[in-house]
Amino acid sequence: MGKQINVALIGNPNTGKTSVFNALTGLNQKVGNYPGITVEKKEGICKLPRGVKAHIIDLPGTYSLNASSLDENVVIELLLNKNDKDFPDIAVVVSDVENLKRNLLLFTQIKDLEIPTLLVINMADRMSYKGISLDIDYLEKHLQTKIALISTRKNEGIDNLKNLIANFKDLPISPCLNASDIDKDYFDNLRKAFPNQLLYKLWLVITQDVNFGKTDRNEIDAVADFKTKSKGDLKRLQQRETIKRYQFINNALKKGQTIDVSQAKDLRTKLDRILTHKVWGYAIFFIILLTIFQAIYDWSSVPMDFIDNVFASLSEGIKNILPNGAFTNLLAEGIIPGLGGIIIFIPQIAFLFLFIAVLEESGYMSRVVFLMDRVMRRFGLSGKSVVPLISGTACAIPAIMATRNIESWKERLITILVTPFTTCSARLPVYLIIIELVIPKERFFGLGYQPLTLMLLYLIGFGSAVFSAYLLNKVLKIRSKTFFVVEMPNYKLPLFKNVIFTVIEKTKAFIFGAGKIILAISIVIWVLGSIGLNSNYSNAKEIVNRKINENGFSKIQAFSLQNKQERYKNSLIEDYDNITETQISDSINYKTPLFKKAVINDEIASLKLENSVLGYIGKVVEPAIRPLGYDWKIGIAIVSSFAAREVFIGTLSTIYSVGSEIEDDENKTIRAKMQSERHQSTNKAVFTFASGISLLLFYAFAMQCMSTLAIVKKETNSWKWPVLQLVIMTTFAYIVALIAFQLLK
Amino acid sequence: MQDTLAHLKRGEKGIITDVSSIHIPLKLLEMGCLPGNLVQLLQLAPFQDPMYLNINGTHLAIRKETASHILIEKITHG
Repeated sequence: MGKQINVALIGNPNTGKTSVFNALTGLNQKVGNYPGITVEKKEGICKLPRGVKAHIIDLPGTYSLNASSLDENVVIELLLNKNDKDFPDIAVVVSDVENLKRNLLLFTQIKDLEIPTLLVINMADRMSYKGISLDIDYLEKHLQTKIALISTRKNEGIDNLKNLIANFKDLPISPCLNASDIDKDYFDNLRKAFPNQLLYKLWLVITQDVNFGKTDRNEIDAVADFKTKSKGDLKRLQQRETIKRYQFINNALKKGQTIDVSQAKDLRTKLDRILTHKVWGYAIFFIILLTIFQAIYDWSSVPMDFIDNVFASLSEGIKNILPNGAFTNLLAEGIIPGLGGIIIFIPQIAFLFLFIAVLEESGYMSRVVFLMDRVMRRFGLSGKSVVPLISGTACAIPAIMATRNIESWKERLITILVTPFTTCSARLPVYLIIIELVIPKERFFGLGYQPLTLMLLYLIGFGSAVFSAYLLNKVLKIRSKTFFVVEMPNYKLPLFKNVIFTVIEKTKAFIFGAGKIILAISIVIWVLGSIGLNSNYSNAKEIVNRKINENGFSKIQAFSLQNKQERYKNSLIEDYDNITETQISDSINYKTPLFKKAVINDEIASLKLENSVLGYIGKVVEPAIRPLGYDWKIGIAIVSSFAAREVFIGTLSTIYSVGSEIEDDENKTIRAKMQSERHQSTNKAVFTFASGISLLLFYAFAMQCMSTLAIVKKETNSWKWPVLQLVIMTTFAYIVALIAFQLLK
Repeated sequence: MQDTLAHLKRGEKGIITDVSSIHIPLKLLEMGCLPGNLVQLLQLAPFQDPMYLNINGTHLAIRKETASHILIEKITHG
């Protein structure tokens, strides 16, 4: 009673393992990393009958226990280490009814480890449709296991599965075949040398290049030294082992499974014919991408406006409620605008993750891989590079991790190096706000200029990734074998639950990951903006008041006042249909003293900002970025966004909040603030078409993400590549932005 | 000269007779690409490469280069 057991879910990719995991744990799951490596670790809790609690680990998908990637190493390491706190009391092998033969290979290997093993056959709902029938009793006897026939899609058989897991002690632990007779002498010797060890475990230790981190090192080393065979011989033995296992499986299935081929209606063939067609295939792929970007724009505009307004009122509300002081200011001017600047992008990021999840779940992504391989190879990439490049539109970090299944090191390295060019979701906030500011709202054949610009930016990102891959392919002198094996799973209607879980999990990770950095940087920026460097800072009020009393409003100030009046006038005309000229001018006259006060306050605030530590930093970088069309405030934002791109907007909103004390109605959202921003010396708008495009291009190319650099270091195991990436990308970004601004201004 | 998998035309089937072990990743074998198994070419990607195959009930795609290391015997009828 009250006992907790460890359950490991193991299976081939595309067997619906994650669906089984979701069905068992519901929302009681958490995603983390295995210590020291970046492989995702999914675990959850499931209540079983009779008060037993199960701690379930969803292990990375693998075709066999012969590891060829970091993800697969995790599986072996766990299964071989009896001392691991997660070592399973029961291994649940998830298979799919249509690929039973292949799925059983892994099953027989796990049986050899003598762990209680349960076989789950998923997608049972497709059996009649595919004309498959199974003799469960026969299979259970032959495979020495219990079988749970389930359908996660129809939610059938889950209770039975829980029951079987709870009764794990009834499961036989004997292997179902004797693989050691592929080379009797060799294995007999091995057994004699290590009589206390499991033979198959020894065999795995010898053949795998796994880093057995936590297991008993000495023991492993002793086994690993027992290499009486060459690498080639071992590989041949592994092949014999695989063939042997397949013979066993074929025999078992000959009687245990019948397939009536005539009943199989083939949707796959029909869909494949269109989706991988040499013309239609590409056309459909392009249309899907176009639809995604239009949808990201259209569907998220309402929730985004809502969030924008909520945060603006929150800031204002806090200033009104809390007493004046440093803490209130930090909250209202530093933290809230900083966080608001990132939370506003939840809708768009969630939609992007949604589309990627649907493409992956439906099986379409593999077709894209197939379709693009030949084209990508020309640029030194693999068809599999398409997946990192597409998921790079969400975030470069998981994308770079997704390169692990690319078999050739050269293709993989190039993919890692060029992936940061793709437009990640952190660039999205920057793009969106600048597009909103400088690109007209008109539509062109039903497609807005704004979404088109966004799509163009994505294409530029993708194009520069491919182009730099081409150059790298010419420059890098690496010889490595190129293998390419990709499974083409069946088309499936994505499971709503799986898609939603993925979206929630990924969005959460993005928000919390980015949120921490943004919070920290917002505070730093606010503090730097609140520390005065000289007497101009502390006497700002007197200086400004004295100047205005002596000379009246300067040209710029007068213009700013006029601007406020005009905007107020326009809002009056918009709000009231029958308003007369005199009513308008009366209202303006009534409001003018307030406007004047606002102008003066703005002037004080910006004088303060200029003379703060933050202003000083901005002024130092200004000469470098002035040719690109940016002022010192943007300079600060760019410098701080070297940590992460999305910080740009957070920083700007913090700066503008610090820079204007009175927030009238039209001036409260970040967008409005940016729009009204002007160069102090020339009084020209800061965000024009030219400077906007220049900024867009700068962000398209610059390598501004410390986390990406860290992951590249980790995956390539050298500082050389991330440093090269940083220098080349950012220099290139600077040059392109410079050219763009100088041509357009 | 014996046929290899790379010689199959769309829709054609064959039986795998031998695989050249140095050139073939173990993963491919694990997915069922073993002597004695049935293979059918389902589709060719644009530019005739990679090849989309049904090997022993498993659907997968490999490059022509890899396919040329897998020896087969064509099944001529249907």
